[in-house]
Amino acid sequence: MAAVSAAGAPPDLEARGVVKRFADHVAVDNVSFNVARGSFFSILGPSGCGKTTLLRMIAGFIAPDTGDIQIGGRSMAGVAPNRRPVNMVFQHLALFPMMNVAENVAFGLARRGVARVERNRKAEAMLERVGLGGAGAKRVDELSGGQRQRVAIARSLVLEPTLLLLDEPLGALDLKLREHMKIELKQLQSAFGTTFVYITHDQSEALVLSDHVGVMNRGHFEQLGTPQELYYAPATPFVAAFVGANNRMTGKASAVNGEMVEVATDSGWQIRARRNGPVTAGSMVEAFVRPEAATIGRTSADLAALPGQMVHAGEVESLLFDGANSAVLVREVTSRFEFRIALPQTGRYADLKVGERIAFSFDPERAACFAARAAHA
Amino acid sequence: MLEATATADWHRRLMLGLLLAPALLWLFALIVLPHLDLALLSFREPVAPRVYQPSLAQYRTFFTEPLYWHVFVRTATLSAIATALTLLIAFPVAWTITKLARGRMGALLFVVCLIPFWVSETVRTLGWMILLRESGVLPGLLAHLGLTNGPVELLYHDATILVGLVYTSLLFMVVPLVGSLESLDNSLIEAAYDLGSSGFAILRKIVIPHAAPGITAGCIVVFMLTLGNYLTPTLLGGKNSLWFTEQIYSQFITRFNWEQGAAFGFLLLALSTAMVWLGLKLSGQRFSDVMRRT
Amino acid sequence: MIPSLPRPFWLRASTAAFLVAFLIFLFLPLVVVAVFAFNNANYPAPPWNGFTLDWFLGNESLGRVGLFKDSQLLASIWTSFVVACWVTVLSVVVGTANAFLMERAKFPGKGALSMLMLVPLVIPGVILGISILAFASRVADFASDVFGLELDFLRPGLPLVVLGQFSYIVAIATLTISARLKRFDRTLEDAALNLGATQPAVLRTITLPYLRPALIGSAAIAFLMSFENFNTTLMLVGADSPLTIMMYGRMREGATPVLNAVSLFLMVASALLALTLMRRNDRKDA
Repeated sequence: MAAVSAAGAPPDLEARGVVKRFADHVAVDNVSFNVARGSFFSILGPSGCGKTTLLRMIAGFIAPDTGDIQIGGRSMAGVAPNRRPVNMVFQHLALFPMMNVAENVAFGLARRGVARVERNRKAEAMLERVGLGGAGAKRVDELSGGQRQRVAIARSLVLEPTLLLLDEPLGALDLKLREHMKIELKQLQSAFGTTFVYITHDQSEALVLSDHVGVMNRGHFEQLGTPQELYYAPATPFVAAFVGANNRMTGKASAVNGEMVEVATDSGWQIRARRNGPVTAGSMVEAFVRPEAATIGRTSADLAALPGQMVHAGEVESLLFDGANSAVLVREVTSRFEFRIALPQTGRYADLKVGERIAFSFDPERAACFAARAAHA
Repeated sequence: MLEATATADWHRRLMLGLLLAPALLWLFALIVLPHLDLALLSFREPVAPRVYQPSLAQYRTFFTEPLYWHVFVRTATLSAIATALTLLIAFPVAWTITKLARGRMGALLFVVCLIPFWVSETVRTLGWMILLRESGVLPGLLAHLGLTNGPVELLYHDATILVGLVYTSLLFMVVPLVGSLESLDNSLIEAAYDLGSSGFAILRKIVIPHAAPGITAGCIVVFMLTLGNYLTPTLLGGKNSLWFTEQIYSQFITRFNWEQGAAFGFLLLALSTAMVWLGLKLSGQRFSDVMRRT
Repeated sequence: MIPSLPRPFWLRASTAAFLVAFLIFLFLPLVVVAVFAFNNANYPAPPWNGFTLDWFLGNESLGRVGLFKDSQLLASIWTSFVVACWVTVLSVVVGTANAFLMERAKFPGKGALSMLMLVPLVIPGVILGISILAFASRVADFASDVFGLELDFLRPGLPLVVLGQFSYIVAIATLTISARLKRFDRTLEDAALNLGATQPAVLRTITLPYLRPALIGSAAIAFLMSFENFNTTLMLVGADSPLTIMMYGRMREGATPVLNAVSLFLMVASALLALTLMRRNDRKDA
């Protein structure tokens, strides 16, 4: 497994062969993974992939049909949610509206029978640590979205859980605040050193925040790895398509030369891509090329310095200006295939015009070719 | 683990039982069984002291005795008129509260409309009696203004009964109407106007279809309450009131003829149920949705 | 029609006139009741003979028995109060249980039961009264004939009045409390469990506090409806008359302004109750 436990300590979370079936489908299908102490682990997947079910099984709201979940080295079978060393930040935070901020934070301590003076002190100290000192007497609905987020985290962390579960807590925030809270979450996690298990459908959140990510699809893990591994070495076409932007082409492998596959795409374009997993000549394949793996030139001469790359001719379809993330959509002239290319940040190609003829190429070593998934995938 | 689930299951059943018990006790001991008993009562006839036989005599009496018939039809008619009048008065009020009043004025007006209904119907009826009786405020005022030659008796007319019934029913019409008009988006009206509708067309095509659930709910409740009212018709109508609940009361309490009273009760219940059903059918509403509105 | 559309002058004028007439219609009866409580006359009727407090404070020696000396009226207010307290407690407790039953539990026949719970609201009060009267008498007769037991509480009297009023007021309490429970976000309960609360603690610290406004609201409604109930009570009442029955009896006989006095007292009490409730709500909103 990718998550190696530090210094021989048992992993904080270990799932072994966890299965959960609902009436007509398998929500979680034989999932196993470890999360090392103090690390930030994300479960990334589209909605309906089973990640919420998995999280709720870890929290104890749902019991697995088979398999075992261990937290801090202890099996959680038959342990009620209120007796697990696990706390959760809910999707819509679930702050208690009938209590003020300090009462929310002190709630779990009160349930443990901590004396009032002591729990008030702890709650206040915790609020101080998350930058909400003095806000204890406020009502929950007087706080901003970001502050509410911090209260929800403080409310859980004050109980010093082995594991903090976060169920898409940024989903309800607007874009700007979401970017800000991403950074704040990462800082909070490293400050507290608590193990975080974070679920999200947003690949950018998972990449930015995590030490390790499990990409989940149809109830099972497609790939477990560091964000870099997922991005640069996707193990399956699903991961390649789901993590980061990618140009996806389907077609047939016309020839396989060692690691390199010649692909004739369905739209009638000849490309080359590096083989990922078994691919045989004549079989159906999917190929992925990241926009930043491609280079654009005004003429094919501009691309002469890139040996071993095929040069393609294209026509500018539209310009997607977005500062440092600017890209251009190009139509390959023979196949009319729409291909996305990241623009260099030098601004050299800022003056491209729609309809303009250009040349482009991409590094086949950075293009990934997979055997095509089954039709329903 | 197995033991734990067994305990949890047992625990769940116990909770379900504890929650079901009061509900079943209430519905069966106070609603279902009493009404079944009432039905049995209405289908029997005393033949000797404490000896009864099944019979349709009670219902036969109702259909053969013109007075009973007359009172029944009259009660239904007046109730229908009262319901219609209540709707006509309450609708503009609800409209003003939801659409015309600005800011807090609407909420204030709504509260003001509700105030009289915090006071018991007895008190409100007392007020009407002081206002309308021959020695009362309004006849005195009319005579003083020279509109009538001397004080006239304004109590004990059908119109008086209607005034009292409408007054007492207003709340039950205003509340559901406000509820359904509040959810009507002003921009729908603006759009209809913009597309060339007249005020009347907007009312007919936009407002009334949207408010239909509220109108139905209000009408059903008002009709039912009016039909079953006892206090207002007897006090404002006096001996001429001839209200059907009065017949039930006199059979049950005064004459101690429970069999006849039960039959009358059932007839009233049948009428009330039929009107509720009709109202729901005509407006295509579901009973549970309508009741939750009121 | 609405302020953003042009409204002709006649429409605005007639709307205003209608509204004024409506408000007069609404408040005139209450105003005359209040005013004639202070008229120095033996009947609540014009002309105005000057101000007096006789109808509140008067006693036999004055020839006018005021509200505070009228032991019959005072007793009936007390009777109504006791009945209303019972009805309120029963309705809120059973209504809460019903709300949890309908919103949380799963069992066969739930749809039918939820329908049945609405039925008492469309049965005229008089009929609720007679059916309960007849059924209670049958049960009492049966107990007496077969077991020789005298179940007096099943004979016309206050216990039966409480049951009769409860039979439909609890339906209203159930609707009010269910409506709020339905809007409850159950993840709050998950969150409390997750923070280590036991099931009873979740109920005590999260769910019931959330329901509080509905509990208080339905208690106020139940109390008021019980206090004002006439139709059902009329059929079930025994020797002790609640206030509405007592007032009705006197109004038929031709009342003295002491009824105005007691009415004014009721208005003030209702107004205080309403104001307290509204202030609570305002505080919540602040």
